[in-house]
Amino acid sequence: MEKDYETVIGLEVHVELATRTKIFCGCSTAFGGRPNSHTCPVCTGMPGSLPVLNRKVLEHAVAVGLATNCRITRCCKFDRKNYFYPDNPQNYQISQLYLPICRDGYVEIDVEEGLEGERASTPGKKRIGIHEIHMEEDAGKLIHDEWEDCTLVDYNRSGVPLIEIVSEPDMRSAEEVIAYLEKLRLIIQYLGASDCKLQEGSMRADVNLSVREVGSAHYGTRTEMKNLNSFHAIARAIEGERNRQIDLLESGRAVVQETRRWDDLKGTSYAMRSKEDAQDYRYFPDPDLVPVSIDDAFLEEIRARQPEFRTEKMARYRTEYDIPDYDIEIITGSKHMADIFEATVALGAQPKKVSNWLMVETLRLLKERELDPEDIRFSPEHLAKLITLAESKAVNSTVAKEVFELMFEQDIDPEAYVEEKGLKMVSDTDALRRVVEEVIAANPKSVQDYRGGKDRAIGFLVGQTMKAMKGKADPVTVDALLRELL
Amino acid sequence: MELLTLSAVELGAAIQAGKATAVEAMEAVLRRIEEREDALHCYITIDKEKALERAVEAQRRIQAGELAGPLAGVPMAVKDNLCTAGMPTTCASRMLGNFVPTYTAEALRNLERAGAVVIGKTNMDEFAMGSTTETSAYGATRNPRNTEHVPGGSSGGSAAAVAAGECFFALGSDTGGSIRQPASHCGVVGMKPTYGTVSRFGLVAYGSSLDQIGPLGRTVEDCAAALEILAGAGPRAGQGEAASRDMSGEAGRSPESIVPDRRDSTYLYRKDTDFTSALKKDVAGMRIGIPRDYFGPGLSEEVRHSVMAAAELLRGKGALVEEFDLSLVEYAIPAYYTIAAAEASSNLERFDGIKYGYRATGVEELHQMYKQTRSEGFGPEVKRRIMLGSFVLSSGYYDAYYLKALRVKAMIKKAFDDAFVRYDCILGPVAPTTAPRLGESLDDPLKMYLGDIYTISVNLAGLPAISVPCGEDGNGLPIGLQLIGDCFQEEKILRAAYSYEQFRKEGQG
Amino acid sequence: MANIISDETIEYVGILAKLSLSEEEREQAKKDMGRMLDYIDKLNELDTTGVEPMSHAFAVENVFREDEVTGGDGSEEMLRNAPARKGDMFAVPNVMSH
Repeated sequence: MEKDYETVIGLEVHVELATRTKIFCGCSTAFGGRPNSHTCPVCTGMPGSLPVLNRKVLEHAVAVGLATNCRITRCCKFDRKNYFYPDNPQNYQISQLYLPICRDGYVEIDVEEGLEGERASTPGKKRIGIHEIHMEEDAGKLIHDEWEDCTLVDYNRSGVPLIEIVSEPDMRSAEEVIAYLEKLRLIIQYLGASDCKLQEGSMRADVNLSVREVGSAHYGTRTEMKNLNSFHAIARAIEGERNRQIDLLESGRAVVQETRRWDDLKGTSYAMRSKEDAQDYRYFPDPDLVPVSIDDAFLEEIRARQPEFRTEKMARYRTEYDIPDYDIEIITGSKHMADIFEATVALGAQPKKVSNWLMVETLRLLKERELDPEDIRFSPEHLAKLITLAESKAVNSTVAKEVFELMFEQDIDPEAYVEEKGLKMVSDTDALRRVVEEVIAANPKSVQDYRGGKDRAIGFLVGQTMKAMKGKADPVTVDALLRELL
Repeated sequence: MELLTLSAVELGAAIQAGKATAVEAMEAVLRRIEEREDALHCYITIDKEKALERAVEAQRRIQAGELAGPLAGVPMAVKDNLCTAGMPTTCASRMLGNFVPTYTAEALRNLERAGAVVIGKTNMDEFAMGSTTETSAYGATRNPRNTEHVPGGSSGGSAAAVAAGECFFALGSDTGGSIRQPASHCGVVGMKPTYGTVSRFGLVAYGSSLDQIGPLGRTVEDCAAALEILAGAGPRAGQGEAASRDMSGEAGRSPESIVPDRRDSTYLYRKDTDFTSALKKDVAGMRIGIPRDYFGPGLSEEVRHSVMAAAELLRGKGALVEEFDLSLVEYAIPAYYTIAAAEASSNLERFDGIKYGYRATGVEELHQMYKQTRSEGFGPEVKRRIMLGSFVLSSGYYDAYYLKALRVKAMIKKAFDDAFVRYDCILGPVAPTTAPRLGESLDDPLKMYLGDIYTISVNLAGLPAISVPCGEDGNGLPIGLQLIGDCFQEEKILRAAYSYEQFRKEGQG
Repeated sequence: MANIISDETIEYVGILAKLSLSEEEREQAKKDMGRMLDYIDKLNELDTTGVEPMSHAFAVENVFREDEVTGGDGSEEMLRNAPARKGDMFAVPNVMSH
């Protein structure tokens, strides 16, 4: 009979920082571009090239550290992690082992009442410890070439700045892992330090997992799972690895400490082992770089620049705007969405209306197109104009929704578009009255039905009028006019 | 005018005065190369046509009044571990046999901007690992003073080229004595500046915390003039006002916190680089310390005699010369070889057959490709140091070897700090013996390492030092005098070296 | 010789350093490394308690670049040095084949 097991999970989260240039050279971090076109001698490991630290990377790393309650290392250094692999042009990665920039922090996640751990500060919350955060460089991209059975190397991503956030083994379930990741993602997005997109790889999580019998004081042997690029994959991999380890233990075998790669299509993982991977990285301080010493003034500068985080923002929304709590929850769940909300309100739009457009039409389109709120491209100016058009009844709600969809896709100017396409409602009541009279004259059968008590017939007449008006009329007005004339 | 008898600075002045041209100077050098290169093998790469083209262009700009510096139009040689855009840079290794950089070393660019004209790339020990220039994959260089002997190393090609008149001055790099020792063995002047004085961008790294580029010339003045340009004059005018908050420590010793286009984090952009103004013939009152530990067993009698005679000469001119105990000298070599090998093992990882250089053929599997490429591309001395370096950094040995060496380095630095409280300069030999015979050093690496005993601690402590000729042994092989200064005190050793050079000439004259 | 370097150690260092040695080279390397380590062991004569390891000979800190794009596209010239390339990329043996 199976014993009762507890899953112990720690995360190593890599986040690509939102800088214009790479961590140690002046090459662009922009996505796309011809392979190897964003490279220079430094990020391709040319002989004689040397690294110089991008100040912005330090600023982002410290900002994330402060926002996650870390101690900032006042004198930090970079170390070389030595291993041979083609995506790593120097065959060492510049990282931080001995003196990482941040240590001993935490974030709080929401957990079900009654489930919180002993470290929780308040009921319903659980504290996930952050062991450290360090700065490092990303690797290049390897592309498998089927035709010639070789691997091709593109160094455009080589040297893109990363922070690695290493948690304590404080999580016990996939739900907690996802709550933790969501929390980190929000904090970092609010800071503007990264867009944190799992799918695009600007946020990546490696899962360290072990199992132990409930009540045991010791951790079991852990494995590290890589290649997890969605929350869904993370949840499945945790479940899969938990079961694999329990099966091993139940059958009297031992868990081997190793790195495994998750295959989300197959739903299984496999060990990444090779005799040539000694896993002995020979870390030592990089003699090409000098220590970073952080004084109070620098910390103050970063602290002063910290934005309003989600909790503060939610509280402010509650007092400032008359919108439902649920809307506040959703809107502040994405820094980008909250920014759009606030900017549109600042342009004079009514908060309730802005919130409606975001909560209904925007979320619907995001869902349909499988996009994140971060992918919203329309500008607050255009949303404000659309709201004005709809509220002033310059366009009817159907037209407004159609225009919004276009705006969502191409960020068109709704005012100009409506003007250009002649979509404005006919506000001239006489003209509308004439059309209604024509419709009544052309549909004696329906008129008869209506007069005979079939109220539904009026719907048909409204439709006919709208059709004749090419949609440029307010159906409510048409309805009223029909009833009046009949 | 017999141009080849002129020093670099004299030639530069003659060119400015219109008494000679850059093209005549280059032609004279190329003729000398024609005569002697077969016997000496100072160079790995020379493109005579391009060298002449560059000289023609320099002369045009001099005549147009665009170039007026002391070395404008002067032909120079460049050690083959300094990257040169469009010109092969081999590090004397099979590994980089076909490597053509797309960029020029920052230090060399400073000199080229000042109008110095590159002749070609000089031979060296493979990746600067060696003390004889015999570990070059392209054959040994011979000492111009006696071709049965080595020129020293690792900048042996540069030293020999200066000594033979195959250039007017040359660039070398010094990780553990690689400028000073060949300068001593070839009878020329060689200078290693304070760590951080010259940008290392474009210098193929051996031991990053120890490497420094410096000049080799026929006179102290040539070295001072070249170093002044190599060091650069700080950030270019008009570009230094980028908004920045100064988080730096000690003023003067810490770099500008922001320099646009910065390419070397350890490059200090010193402002006190007016080295030629230090060239005064005056040592009166100068406090010179002679470490007793530099005159122990292993030092040849002839070298001891010449160096002591030099000290006496300076004492005679008013210097306050005394002996003292520097201490820790015997620990410098083991500390150095641990640190240098560790850094080298990592620095040389980039040579993997993927981006440039040699790749073994007929290997299908990635790690086999790495291994075969590196085993075939590197020579024995380089492999020896890579293996030692990988070992001392490996799991379980890092603390015992690498960190221990870094602690000893701190103690050695402290010993120098204490000495420089009392002395302006430290005086001693460069090498325990004159240049060994060809082939004599290769069979016993450890013995070769021991020859670096007087030069190595200078790199560990980041100090400036200069080697000046001070005599010959019975076979006519040159002996060098080493003057070591405290960090950033180049003027003191330049003044002492210049004074000694001038007094000695007067004595001989 | 106090430090005896085993075949396993040389093999292991070969994996780390990506060097493969012939039988003869291996024997020589064992001897050379053993002798060097004996020599380096001399450092243990010194009491370094309380001495901070020194990476650079003097303290320089806080050297930065501003976050401004300076790099252009020199990829074609750079790729010309590649022992093997395909289009704009470096070509290496298939990494998945082991």
